[in-house]
Amino acid sequence: MSRKTLTRRQFVAATAMSSAALITAPYVRGAYAAGKLSIGFWDHWVPNANKASTDLVNEWAAKEKVEVSIDYITSNNNKIQLTVAAEAQAKSGHDILQMPTWWPHAYAENLEPLNDVMEPLVKQNGDVNGTVKYLGQAGGKWLAIPATPGSQIKGPCSRIDLMKKHAGIDVQEMYPVGAPPKADNWTLDTFLKAAEACQKGGFPFGIGLGETTDSVDTAGAIFQSFGAELVNAKGDVTVKTDAVRQALEYYKKLITFLPPDAPSWDDASNNKWLISGRGAMILNPPSAWAVARRDAPQVAEQCWTHGFPAGPKGRFAPYLPYFWGLWSFSKNKEAAKSLLTHLSQPSSIEKFVAASGGYDLPAYANMTTLKTWQEEGPPKGTLYHYPNPYNHQTLSIAASPAPPKVAQQIYFQATLTKMALRFSQGEKMETTLAWAEGECEGFMRS
Amino acid sequence: MADVVVEQGRVVRPTGARKRTGLRNAMGRKSTVAFFLTLPLILLITLLVLYPAVYSIHLASLNKSMQKFVGFGNFTFLFNRDTFWMVVKQSCIFAITAVFFKALLGFIVAHFVHNIPAKGQRKWRGMLLVPWVIPPAMSTLAWLWLFDPSYSAFNYTLSFFGIGPINWLGDTLWARFSVILVNVWYGAPFFMIMYLAALKSVPDQLYEAAAIDGANWWQKIWFITLPMMRNIIAITTLFSLIVTFANFDIVRILTSGGPLDRTHIFATWAFKVGIEGSDIPLGASVSLFMVPILAVAAIFILRDVSKRGNEA
Repeated sequence: MSRKTLTRRQFVAATAMSSAALITAPYVRGAYAAGKLSIGFWDHWVPNANKASTDLVNEWAAKEKVEVSIDYITSNNNKIQLTVAAEAQAKSGHDILQMPTWWPHAYAENLEPLNDVMEPLVKQNGDVNGTVKYLGQAGGKWLAIPATPGSQIKGPCSRIDLMKKHAGIDVQEMYPVGAPPKADNWTLDTFLKAAEACQKGGFPFGIGLGETTDSVDTAGAIFQSFGAELVNAKGDVTVKTDAVRQALEYYKKLITFLPPDAPSWDDASNNKWLISGRGAMILNPPSAWAVARRDAPQVAEQCWTHGFPAGPKGRFAPYLPYFWGLWSFSKNKEAAKSLLTHLSQPSSIEKFVAASGGYDLPAYANMTTLKTWQEEGPPKGTLYHYPNPYNHQTLSIAASPAPPKVAQQIYFQATLTKMALRFSQGEKMETTLAWAEGECEGFMRS
Repeated sequence: MADVVVEQGRVVRPTGARKRTGLRNAMGRKSTVAFFLTLPLILLITLLVLYPAVYSIHLASLNKSMQKFVGFGNFTFLFNRDTFWMVVKQSCIFAITAVFFKALLGFIVAHFVHNIPAKGQRKWRGMLLVPWVIPPAMSTLAWLWLFDPSYSAFNYTLSFFGIGPINWLGDTLWARFSVILVNVWYGAPFFMIMYLAALKSVPDQLYEAAAIDGANWWQKIWFITLPMMRNIIAITTLFSLIVTFANFDIVRILTSGGPLDRTHIFATWAFKVGIEGSDIPLGASVSLFMVPILAVAAIFILRDVSKRGNEA
């Protein structure tokens, strides 16, 4: 029986080789050398728009050797908000999670600051608007990165023929393709007269007075046009002001020209109103037009998306950005940051916008004149002014500039639409204001 | 009987093997076997009911950012909110009205079905149970379309009779009526099937004796049917009251609590405050407020049931 002995030299050499192999192993780039990344994206309304996100993520993953998994989470019945709340509670879940409007502030304590991602992006793509800063930043820290998918402006989508016939307004002339708006006369007074004329003509404006976001966003923009704030930026309750009174008086007049069932409208009601051909205008992103293009082409070819009417304190349009947040409990933060940078490149943004047929809006100043918005139709150029290419309106969110955690309560309790409805139903102005003041004081709890 | 045998067995065994036999005896006892058989259920209830309940109590004791213990602070805050008391009132109106009409309809329909000849009864029982077996989220969507503010099928039908249009979900009173109506439609079959089972267990001899004594239809119901069904009525009412109080889907889908919060009930308002408003502790406090109300109802109803049980 032969017995092989191990010399001291052989032992040292073998040990050194094994150690070297063990130490260098992680640096050998295998298929998934850079670890795993789990992503929760918003499930897009527009068919096949998710494919753009999947393709962009896979393209990045193949280059960076990261194993990725994507879940598309619907916002129907607030599923995406429930997911955010559950993951924040469990301190576990996706690494990157897409979240709407108020959620970065609501879960700020659980989010990784992203200044190192956002600052180079702003340098590259241009500055972001005030609403994105208001919702995405806290104390100089970027809580999340503005996401192109899902971000939207809820401006007017008018029927060209009905506005011309009943209100004498040529919306195409007011908002021409390839040129700045000629909308100096497009004020809240003109809007009110047009609402009255269209209602008398049998095609009322489709503006909801319910408690869902479309109704609240419209009320927010109208209140801001009068300079009406329920709570100011410092957190003081400012309900009993002349500006709020003026906004309520205006709303009371407007409500008389809206469909009588508007108090029960949800976010689908205005879309149905336009697509069925019953209304001359709704305030919505171009999703209603996109569905009309498929289901009611004769309606779609008469639709024109344009800017909001101006009030005494300026021209405000409802804007709802989505964000990509990175949880502080993520185990692969560097890879996540690299992906967020990739998704915010101009080429990626262009793909998102094209895939959504122009619905998705990038937050960056240099990205508002993409080809998609110029070419989409019919009628050609219907979306040209949708991304606010000439910055002629301030993009804002209802209940701002109140501190975001207070504003979120005002927004989701639909305090603005409730005030308008109470006052229009005969309640005394001071009673309505006292009610709203009590509500706002309740929203201050921390 | 098994216990006795085991006890006898223990006496005859030598003392040295006491430990081993002790374990064997324990395993052999009926109560031990019963415990192990119910253990999976106990674990399931602990995991799915007890843990969330305790966790929601913990959540309700935290401040909005969930970083500070505030004791009953959230409840005292709620007690000072007008909207909260409106929700309490509406939840009570919703639950009591809906349960009353579910019980009434269930009772009437159960009698009709009971009087159908046995041959055709199965078909009717099956058909009448349909509303209860369809997931409420789905059936409520169909109701939403029927009530649709602009394209309501009900309004279309009523227009042939010169009635309407009725603002089903946009007017406060009609909205309350609509959510209660859908709840009654969904829940009445449960009462019907329970009452039908109870009716079948009432001995025919009692009715025959009453008929001989000259009792009329109403007297038979009042003096025979109702007393014989008292326990089942109490239990179904309690069960339905709990489920109706905690209802979420019907109101959420039909009105989301509107118009002007006039159809909010505990669960929908808790969701609004807790999830949409990102104030989870306050949402948990709203949900927990149901517990004392339901506990009081449960104590009264169950006490009555056990009293009658003892009398029997």
